[in-house]
Amino acid sequence: MKIAVCVNHVPDTAAKINISSDGKSIDNTGVTYVVNPYDEFAIEEALKTKEKFGGDTIAISLGNESNKETLRKALAMGIDNAVLLKTEEYYDSLSVAKALAAEIKAQNSGLVFFGKQSVDFDNSIVGQLTAELLNYNCVSVVVEFELKENKIIADREIEGGKEVVETLLPAVITTQKGLNDPRYASLKGIMAAKKKVIEEKTLAKPNNFTEVIGMKKPAPKQPGKIIGTDSSAVPELVRLLREEAKVI
Amino acid sequence: MFIGVDYFNIESLLNEEERMVRDSVRLFVTEQVLPIIENHYQESIFPLSIVQKLGELGLLGITFPQKYGCAEMNNVTYGLAMQELERGDSGFRSFCSVQSSLVMYPIFTFGSQEQKDFWLPKLATGEKIGCFGLTEPDYGSNPGGMMTKAEKVENGFILNGAKMWITNGTISDIAVVWAKLDGEIKGFLVEKGIKGFSAPEMKGKHSLRASVTSELILEDVFIPEKNILPKSKGLKSPLMCLNQARYGIAWGVVGSMMACYDSALNYAKTRIQFEKPIASFQLIQQKLVFMLSEITKAQLLNLQLGRLKDRGEVTHAQISLAKRNNCEMALEVARTAREILGANGILSEYPVMRHSANLESVKTYEGTHEMHTLIIGEDITGISAFE
Ligand SMILES: Cc1cc2nc3c(=O)[nH]c(=O)nc-3n(C[C@H](O)[C@H](O)[C@H](O)COP(=O)(O)OP(=O)(O)OC[C@H]3O[C@@H](n4cnc5c(N)ncnc54)[C@H](O)[C@@H]3O)c2cc1C
Ligand SMILES: Cc1cc2nc3c(=O)[nH]c(=O)nc-3n(C[C@H](O)[C@H](O)[C@H](O)COP(=O)(O)OP(=O)(O)OC[C@H]3O[C@@H](n4cnc5c(N)ncnc54)[C@H](O)[C@@H]3O)c2cc1C
Repeated sequence: MKIAVCVNHVPDTAAKINISSDGKSIDNTGVTYVVNPYDEFAIEEALKTKEKFGGDTIAISLGNESNKETLRKALAMGIDNAVLLKTEEYYDSLSVAKALAAEIKAQNSGLVFFGKQSVDFDNSIVGQLTAELLNYNCVSVVVEFELKENKIIADREIEGGKEVVETLLPAVITTQKGLNDPRYASLKGIMAAKKKVIEEKTLAKPNNFTEVIGMKKPAPKQPGKIIGTDSSAVPELVRLLREEAKVI
Repeated sequence: MFIGVDYFNIESLLNEEERMVRDSVRLFVTEQVLPIIENHYQESIFPLSIVQKLGELGLLGITFPQKYGCAEMNNVTYGLAMQELERGDSGFRSFCSVQSSLVMYPIFTFGSQEQKDFWLPKLATGEKIGCFGLTEPDYGSNPGGMMTKAEKVENGFILNGAKMWITNGTISDIAVVWAKLDGEIKGFLVEKGIKGFSAPEMKGKHSLRASVTSELILEDVFIPEKNILPKSKGLKSPLMCLNQARYGIAWGVVGSMMACYDSALNYAKTRIQFEKPIASFQLIQQKLVFMLSEITKAQLLNLQLGRLKDRGEVTHAQISLAKRNNCEMALEVARTAREILGANGILSEYPVMRHSANLESVKTYEGTHEMHTLIIGEDITGISAFE
């Protein structure tokens, strides 16, 4: 079995994000990029599946030269091979899914893991689109995954509980926090990753259906106010929560 | 995730695998060490369960050959790993320093092939733990005067003596013990449980509380012939080990400094006194700038030290200079952070008092601050002030 994991290279959630002078992209100065946190669950699940059933794992990332860092991390965690779909262009979600679907098809992979969303643009859609384009089954927001021959049983996180879903391979699984504890890249893994080659494939221009025309920062937080320091302030607090904040 | 302190973009001087290792250890410390450390420190226990994890990650004997199960990475990587571990706690870094530089190094350097093949892979995974016994109750800064003696007997040696202040002693499977054989210092591998050998833990420490410190007591202990380190020769051998460990300490304390600075900076920005954040006061800014300057200088010192070591060009006096400077400054940085935090600085809710107390040991072990002054002094004047 060939197991694919699609991984994205995103700004560290701890990084302070500024908008660049064109008004529609991120200013990258001083911003460190990391493996998309949800994709780490995808990598771990791919590795666990391989350890259980054998097979071959491949990580695929779409982006520029710097995405290699994320692919290298996947290799260091234990993924066997890596492909960079190289582009400097902006790809909207559908364009990303089309490029990934083509690569997954070329790799002949019947089980594909994605993070449930990418924390850079938060569209939460690429996994599902890719499944549709490939005509694969798809289970999203998975917190428990089990494979029995070609049958998948997966728990999905839903509001207030879990939904248990059964489907068949070939399939796309999008992973949620709680599915597993991603392993650390060990020093030996990092050494081994150094020797592996990241295959590069240059992409043609995308045919986007959406375009980013601007970025805005959220309005600055209003300063807090202290209405008292003991229990005598409770009635006022309740009144404000009800009438001003309208949360109770 | 902790993003580190890097005012001079030293990041750009590291290669990809050096950065990857640093980030991996940083994450490990954030997730596995920081949540448990305060409690272990207060209770004065070393979390033994972490040893296997350190082994899995590859942090035990980073620089040794792959054939012994090690990562065979460079010294800069080793340094960065020690830095990140010590951001967690000096006790964890001490564990790794001892296992790697004071146990695996002497076995690798002075051991027989048989000793290497048997011990190194087990020490690398953490299946076995080791310690290094040089210091004695009456011989600290002048280990050359040690009283522990080995006597040649049929098929081996008889060891007698006592060691003190030995990190990991009580939890060790193997002790590298230095003793005089016909007046010459030699290394011996003393295995746990052997007759006449005990390693009681020392109690009452106010520093390095999450690290095990022990006595080693040797009363007519028979050591088989195969357990002498055949290539060890005189005081120079243990001093070579100390050089490795001191190198790791010079890096490690930068981790303590980062933790303290990070804590103090965040505190200063949010603590309001006189209706302003205390970060707005000149005296506080001066303290923060002092801390950042010392961190930056120590980082650059370490990186060049590591590059020299990787090229095989480093001198012992250069290592002494880095150990001496960085430990002293780390202690100053920790104390300054404590000042900025006011009374909160003494609480276990913040890491600064723990680091500050730890660094008192770190400044003293592996050669005291004064002894490193004298080592450098001798190097530049050609005159020894201590021999
Ligand atoms: C927590 C901890 C862990 C340790 N772990 C280990 C270990 O694993 N293995 C091991 O072998 N040892 C270990 N040590 C011992 C450590 O290396 C010694 O404490 C250190 O070498 C100093 O020796 P001492 O404490 O006997 O001090 P002393 O040598 O008695 O020194 C006392 C003071 O006198 C000063 N002094 C001494 N000689 C001179 C001189 N000629 N000129 C000027 N000043 C001088 C010293 O600088 C110091 O300030 C550990 C110590 C601690 C605290
Ligand atoms: C063990 C212990 C016992 C104590 N016992 C008592 C007690 O019995 N009764 C009692 O009333 N209090 C007690 N205290 C409180 C103690 O007096 C306060 O901790 C002290 O006054 C400092 O206040 P703070 O901790 O809030 O620090 P902060 O006032 O928040 O100060 C934080 C830092 O900012 C600096 N700073 C503040 N303002 C300025 C400024 N304008 N310019 C420059 N720097 C500034 C401070 O010097 C310090 O470095 C105790 C404290 C401790 C640790």
